[in-house]
Amino acid sequence: MLLRLLGAIPTLLLVIVLAFLMVHAAPGGPFDDERVLPTDVAANIQAAYHLDEPLPQQFTRYMAGLLRGDLGPSYRYRDYTVSELIGSGFPISLQLGALAMALALLVGISSGTVAALKQGSMLDRVVMSLAMTGISIPVFVVAPVLVLLLAVKLQWLPAGWSGESGFAKFVLPVITLALPQIAYIARLTRASMIDVLGCDFIRTARSQGLGSKAIIRVHALKPAMLPVLSYMGPAIAAILTGTVVVEEVFGIPGLGQFFVRGALNRDYTLVLGIVIFYAALIISLNLVVDILYGFIDPRVKQR
Amino acid sequence: MRSIRRLLFFLVLSGVAACGGSDDGRESLSVLNRGLNTEPESLDAHKARSLQAADVLRDLGEGLVSFTSTGELTEGTAESWEVSDDLLTYTFHLRPEAKWSNGDAVTAEHFVFSVKRLTDPATAAFYAQFLVDVTELRAIDEHTLQIMLKRPTPYLLSLLTHPSTFPMHPGALAEHGDGFARPGKMISNGAYVLTDWVPGSVLTLNRNEYYWNNANTAIDEIRHHISSQETAEYARYRAGELDITSSVPTDNFEQVRRDNGDELHIAPYQNIYYYGYNLSKPPFKNSPELRQALSMAIDRELLVEKVTGRGETPAYSWVPPGVDNYEPTVFAYAPLTQDERNQIAQTLYAEAGYSKQKPLRLELRYNTNDTHKKVAVAIQSMWRDVLGFEVDLINEEFQVLLANIRDKEVTQVFRSSWVGDYNDAHTFLSILQSQNAANVPGYASEEYDALLLRAAEQADLDRRRLYMEEAERVMLADHPTIPIYFYVSKHLVKPRVAGWGDNVLDYHYSQHLSLKAAE
Repeated sequence: MLLRLLGAIPTLLLVIVLAFLMVHAAPGGPFDDERVLPTDVAANIQAAYHLDEPLPQQFTRYMAGLLRGDLGPSYRYRDYTVSELIGSGFPISLQLGALAMALALLVGISSGTVAALKQGSMLDRVVMSLAMTGISIPVFVVAPVLVLLLAVKLQWLPAGWSGESGFAKFVLPVITLALPQIAYIARLTRASMIDVLGCDFIRTARSQGLGSKAIIRVHALKPAMLPVLSYMGPAIAAILTGTVVVEEVFGIPGLGQFFVRGALNRDYTLVLGIVIFYAALIISLNLVVDILYGFIDPRVKQR
Repeated sequence: MRSIRRLLFFLVLSGVAACGGSDDGRESLSVLNRGLNTEPESLDAHKARSLQAADVLRDLGEGLVSFTSTGELTEGTAESWEVSDDLLTYTFHLRPEAKWSNGDAVTAEHFVFSVKRLTDPATAAFYAQFLVDVTELRAIDEHTLQIMLKRPTPYLLSLLTHPSTFPMHPGALAEHGDGFARPGKMISNGAYVLTDWVPGSVLTLNRNEYYWNNANTAIDEIRHHISSQETAEYARYRAGELDITSSVPTDNFEQVRRDNGDELHIAPYQNIYYYGYNLSKPPFKNSPELRQALSMAIDRELLVEKVTGRGETPAYSWVPPGVDNYEPTVFAYAPLTQDERNQIAQTLYAEAGYSKQKPLRLELRYNTNDTHKKVAVAIQSMWRDVLGFEVDLINEEFQVLLANIRDKEVTQVFRSSWVGDYNDAHTFLSILQSQNAANVPGYASEEYDALLLRAAEQADLDRRRLYMEEAERVMLADHPTIPIYFYVSKHLVKPRVAGWGDNVLDYHYSQHLSLKAAE
């Protein structure tokens, strides 16, 4: 375990270097604008943010700050530090992502299980077709359609984020975000459940008189969950990236929105800060998934 | 298994609990919800730059001079002023009742302190050279401020409405340093105070009880909601969550117009949409005939009527109409019909050495945007029909385009625009001076520079105007750019909002607005 943790550090370092190079390779800078600044004013601002220094020097300066835990000031939002922006955006993205994940797991696993139990029936076919639709339609189509229907026409839910202070503002974004994942998880669960239900030990349990519900709960669900669990890594990544579009459409001030804006604004420190944050997050999550794997299936050998 | 289900249940529950807030009995407050299409990069007036930041800053602060809702200059924190006979010294008398939001009096010294900080290189202000014509600010006493100028600057009063000239509270800066522009720390002298700022979401402003004109401020709370997507903002307006939008979707504009009638406010706006030539390289470097031909072959009336269709006006001049004390000069060929212009364009194109056998090879660059694409495609077909060549359309991400324009290596024709900083022709004419960094085509005309210099030296406003109009005539004849159209400002405003004034600067101070009681 410790070895795995140590191995994560060079990965993180590589991510930082690559991100730094990429961010500076993009044409343009944080202070470029159509309303061009007078030459000496522009030079002064570049110097104030050390952007006139050679790249290796800027990198060393950034790393020194990083080791102190300082992600630097945002180049675009001059009243805020990067840490403050991440601290403001992450809880919101986390809530959004967690709720979407929870919804996806709940609905996905149940519908996949039901479809597996009723394999070949009309219900099975309907569920799987819906799943296919959910995977195919892009988020940026679903979101505005849902807003138009449920917020503007029917006025059941709010269209934006900043007006409401209750739970209602979460409903549309969470559903939009969860839909593709529900679809994937349903299909995965169904396939995996069908496999497991065909196993010998299930036949044994059935011959012993156990009903379907009990079989699922006690014997089938855990092993059937293995593929779903493996999918959790990519699922979380998909939700993280999915938040970017959802946040943009609903005007949600989460990390995804800051990331996109940071990239478009050439806000070097903000982009780097979020990349490092996400990288550290994903690396730790992978570690956690590895550990969970061992708990769920005792057949997996511990290294 | 049970534990996993419990965990999921707990997650959902915590999600619900964590975000369940409540409107804490603020029903008695009048609230205005405005859309803002970009987050202000700073509410420190010296670190701000964008038009959107200026919109919020105008609600929070006030300068010596201000504007009415219809865009006329009016007294701000200064209740009166005199100008010396040589036009080089302005003396402002501050209102004795002008106060900061913590009760302190606003004094002349606060203005001096502010301008010192604006011009200090350590502040790294974008508008550091905004008051370049001012030699000195002096606080004669608590309520008297003198501003000394290098040369007569008729637009000085207009400059003094800009947020970068607003006073600063030395105490707030001493206590919080550069981080003073945050809720709870910021002390403002305008109609409102910053009470909350959720980055990326909403800025909440509440009434400044100490503002000298607080009795005439009708609305208690202003919320600026950041809504960068036009279509999403429109959805929120229709759902009743926004009272005022910052813009209107360009797609289905006719539908929007039909659905919203009087709520749609379109007004002329001091902003020019143009194509610039890269004058440092062929084909435009030494080819005035070609530059003129391309400009003449564009049917601007058709463009604004059929392609953009929101009430824009075709641009035959550089300075927009409606600017103070100025009559824009127009192209010599403006009175001709489009057919006549096309014929002349074809002749000029041939004179420049191009023909059907040897057509012009050209690239047109613009930043990714629906409107820019539509305009570019329309112009591409106009050039094809009239002159017989096919221009390559290249759309680039905004920052990439800006970098290319600056480098002058790959650009040939590129899309750009310019908004006036103050209500005077100088803000438009000055950017084509040879030394100006904003001179993106790279226009260098000794005659033009000389005429503008002469204009700046004039004490007589009429003579000054004549020099500027002549300068514009000289520049237009050289065709360093292709002026295309002048923008319009577009907003949707709910019927319950009163006091909205359309003006050419597109400034809408919240303190001028009020809410009609529900019927």
